[in-house]
Amino acid sequence: MGAYLARRLLALLPTLVLASLIVFVTIRLIPGDVIDLMLSQNDVAADKLTRDQLIAALGLDRPMWEQYLRWVADIVLHGNLGHSLWQTAPVTELLLGRLPVTFQLGAMALVVALLIALPIGIHSALRQDTAGDYLGRSFSILLLAVPSFWLATMVVVFPSIWWGWSPEVNYVRFGDDPWQNLKQMALPAIVLGAGLSAITMRLMRTMMLEVLRQDYIRTAWAKGLPERLVVLRHALRNAMVPVITLVGLQAPLLIGGAVIIEQIFVIPGMGLLLLDAVQQRDYPIITGVFLIVGVAVMLINLAVDLSYGLLDPKVRYR
Amino acid sequence: MAAVLPADAATAPQRPPGFLRRLLLDKPLGAAGAALLLLFVVVGVFAPWIAPAGPNDIAPLDRLQPPSWAHWFGTDNLGRDVLSRCIHGAQLSVIIGCLAALLATVVSAVIGIVSGYFGGKFDLFVQRFVDAWMSFPDLIILIVVVSVVGPGMPQIIVTLGLLLGIGGSRIVRSAVIGVREHMYVHAAQSIGSSSARILRRHILPNVMPPIIVLFTTRVGTVILAESGLAFLGLGVPPPAPTWGAMLSGSGRTYMFQGPWLALAPGLCLTLVVYATNVFGDALRDLLDPRMRGSK
Repeated sequence: MGAYLARRLLALLPTLVLASLIVFVTIRLIPGDVIDLMLSQNDVAADKLTRDQLIAALGLDRPMWEQYLRWVADIVLHGNLGHSLWQTAPVTELLLGRLPVTFQLGAMALVVALLIALPIGIHSALRQDTAGDYLGRSFSILLLAVPSFWLATMVVVFPSIWWGWSPEVNYVRFGDDPWQNLKQMALPAIVLGAGLSAITMRLMRTMMLEVLRQDYIRTAWAKGLPERLVVLRHALRNAMVPVITLVGLQAPLLIGGAVIIEQIFVIPGMGLLLLDAVQQRDYPIITGVFLIVGVAVMLINLAVDLSYGLLDPKVRYR
Repeated sequence: MAAVLPADAATAPQRPPGFLRRLLLDKPLGAAGAALLLLFVVVGVFAPWIAPAGPNDIAPLDRLQPPSWAHWFGTDNLGRDVLSRCIHGAQLSVIIGCLAALLATVVSAVIGIVSGYFGGKFDLFVQRFVDAWMSFPDLIILIVVVSVVGPGMPQIIVTLGLLLGIGGSRIVRSAVIGVREHMYVHAAQSIGSSSARILRRHILPNVMPPIIVLFTTRVGTVILAESGLAFLGLGVPPPAPTWGAMLSGSGRTYMFQGPWLALAPGLCLTLVVYATNVFGDALRDLLDPRMRGSK
């Protein structure tokens, strides 16, 4: 297991390098006049920095390869992602403050997604081609098509009109008041999770159908095991591996969706940080968020691969 | 359900006969999706003639009117007719959806075919790049790129096209790997056909079914992504009546007085994406049975 993990992490390296190059090159596509735009659009900026200072702060005054190496060395050696242009904080510090919030939203949304997807998916498979199955499938196709920001808009607008209820906009940190925080995060997590559940539900159904036709399931039935045991102990565990893979593959979707949800519900996570940075053209922050998100997705996928062993004893890591 | 496929369907490059009939008989939901898509394209193309008013005709006296016979979907805070804006929004969605999906499909096809056919170190490198690319959420890349190149229709089309194109190349690549080892490809190689000719004449026609399916589903993805971007204020700049933008910005504050503002654009979006999804699923089942159940 240890050797396997080391090998996997090593194999991640080239992908990481390529990812960092993607981040780096994308940001360097900034056309020159953007510098002028940044100064003209941002009064604070114009007060604080001259044109040359801004170029130097962005590191654009050096050759490309040197910029890249410096940037990577700073991150690897010092964990330093640079300095925000307009705020006085280092990007790493800003990110660390926001990361747990987005992580919590994502984790809660994932739980919601699974709570919706697994029971409906399993039920659909067990009662294939019944009314319940059709209902479940139609529901999932519909969920797939509803944009999360529309769903979010509706849950903000209509309860407010009908019952005068609106979600809390002053964010409460989990550490300060866990119960209040969970209450506040529940609705955003449900909206985000609902969209994610659609594909998972479909795959859960497909996999269950496949597994339920296996011989060992017939044996389990023949032994006279109750349905609950056959389904939960014998079928579900075997059907879960591809579903878990899918959950891992959806990580980018989850993080991307969080950006929109955070904006609607004013949750101070990474998404809001990114959007604010885009408004102010604070490129060091944009670069930082971009990179961290990519790395996070890679690590999530690695964690997913490792989890197969827990679910499926046949999987051995060598 | 698609069991009526002829035995050689998996290798037959051309559509099996009676495609429309099979769509209607075997896949009624897919056919409904296709009809809805057709309606959407027609509405988009002929928007200026269909819409009762211009998308930005302001009528301050008629502001925030609830839906009525004069204004089916009501009016917004500037008195603009929401139905007309939705119809013109369809036009923008058709243009962006089709162009970006076309670009994405071409990019996917080129990368997938070349990488899949040649294999080896080149394939390995390309695949690591695709890996790295796919670890970034689409929306984050879009936001970052738009923050760099600025919002605007051409930028959005090109960005979306490249973005989804790179990710989608996987699907084409796996189809190519399946076709690469077929006898007719080896035959072409042994009589000395050039690689370019083999790719064009033998590989491409045989991976057309997944490419067609890819294009269809991409239209929905693109429209959804564009609307998300517009919702965040990073789409085609106002006052363009994109569906995403209609749900965001200044309109949001007025939704509490005029809840109909929150309904129409979202409904349009949902319907179109739903239509591309069910039509894409049906196409996949009919054209390419091997891909069934995959995403």
